[in-house]
Amino acid sequence: MPNTPERPRRVRVQRNGPLLVEGPVEVVGEDGEVTVSNRFTVAVCTCRRSRTLPWCDTSHRCRDRHRAGPA
Amino acid sequence: MTNLRAPRGTRHLPPPLPEPRGTVSAAVVAALRGPGRPGLPPVPADCAVYGDDLQLALYILYELHYRGFEGVPERLEWDGGLLTHRAAIEDRFLDALRTDVPPDGAGTAGEALDALQIEPVGDDGGLSYFLRNEGTFEQLREYAALRSLYHLKEADPHAWVIPRLHGRAKAAMVAVEFDEFGAGRADEIHAELFADLMEDLRLDTAYGHYVDAAPAEALAPVNLMSLFGLHRALRGALVGHFAAVEVTSSPASRRLAEALRRVGAGPAAVRFYTEHVEADAVHEQVVRHDVVGGLLESEPRLDADVVFGIRATGYLEDRLATRLLGAWRDGCPVLPLGR
Repeated sequence: MPNTPERPRRVRVQRNGPLLVEGPVEVVGEDGEVTVSNRFTVAVCTCRRSRTLPWCDTSHRCRDRHRAGPA
Repeated sequence: MTNLRAPRGTRHLPPPLPEPRGTVSAAVVAALRGPGRPGLPPVPADCAVYGDDLQLALYILYELHYRGFEGVPERLEWDGGLLTHRAAIEDRFLDALRTDVPPDGAGTAGEALDALQIEPVGDDGGLSYFLRNEGTFEQLREYAALRSLYHLKEADPHAWVIPRLHGRAKAAMVAVEFDEFGAGRADEIHAELFADLMEDLRLDTAYGHYVDAAPAEALAPVNLMSLFGLHRALRGALVGHFAAVEVTSSPASRRLAEALRRVGAGPAAVRFYTEHVEADAVHEQVVRHDVVGGLLESEPRLDADVVFGIRATGYLEDRLATRLLGAWRDGCPVLPLGR
């Protein structure tokens, strides 16, 4: 999606979830490494728990020892 | 090693009709096979709704809308007698699901999706946990063979909902489906990535190859998607089902990728699931905010249907997990697979 004054790029911020940015996106890490994602929307990890940084892998989710899921 | 990937162009041909598993599926197969196309007797009242015979009959009738079957005239997709028969089976299936997934106390769609996001602590979390921790190469092959009933047509059942959505929900649904269908690149279509996975696991990639080997518990979740997708009246349930799949897929895909790495599967097998870790972390958010959010903004009365779709999906997935884990924990294979 082009980023223009008429249609600025949208970023969605959430308290307990990733930053959602309209793609494609380049993320520059602290070490200068550039990671690219061409998805239509990109979920950027904000909890720093992801194993696929800089992208979200849902590791921000709560855990509960009483629930057993089907997946 | 034999290359089991059917040659390009032949893999997508209509498969042969499955072997019947009782009187109901036998009648459907006979009606499709001809000649003379005998009429369809009413479904016996004592036919188990989640059993092999009824689920296979429904599966075959739904497949007429996807790839059809070898030797079956394509126009039978809209045959009045077959559609009437299918409706009778669908009513049985829906009635059973509405009984087993009662609406009382189910809460809102948002609450149902929140509940799905809570990950269990420890390892007693179902199929993907078992496969990650102790699944064998053979069990992962069985799992992939069973899931191929859906993944070789991944996202197809959900495409039917598009004309039934509007505005924000439609735009977001199409964006997610675009990703599922490879974002414009044929070799990135998720169904193609799954065929690559199957090839890595030395499975036959021909469409429909494992239907005969699949137990009823593996047919029912695929029938659920077709049921929800084909009926405009069930658009809320389809959206709920799709949200449930996207919300649970990312963490489960990571465990399945770990399982495949542990047993030494090839890179294409691992890639299918690593792609879904990242893609479905995005899809989950888009489906929640814009597909579910958009639908309920324009049609708030569908909230209970969305909840039903979420919970019916969980119910049938739990049945499949119970079946597979029961066999695997006893050291038994679930389906016969050649090497």
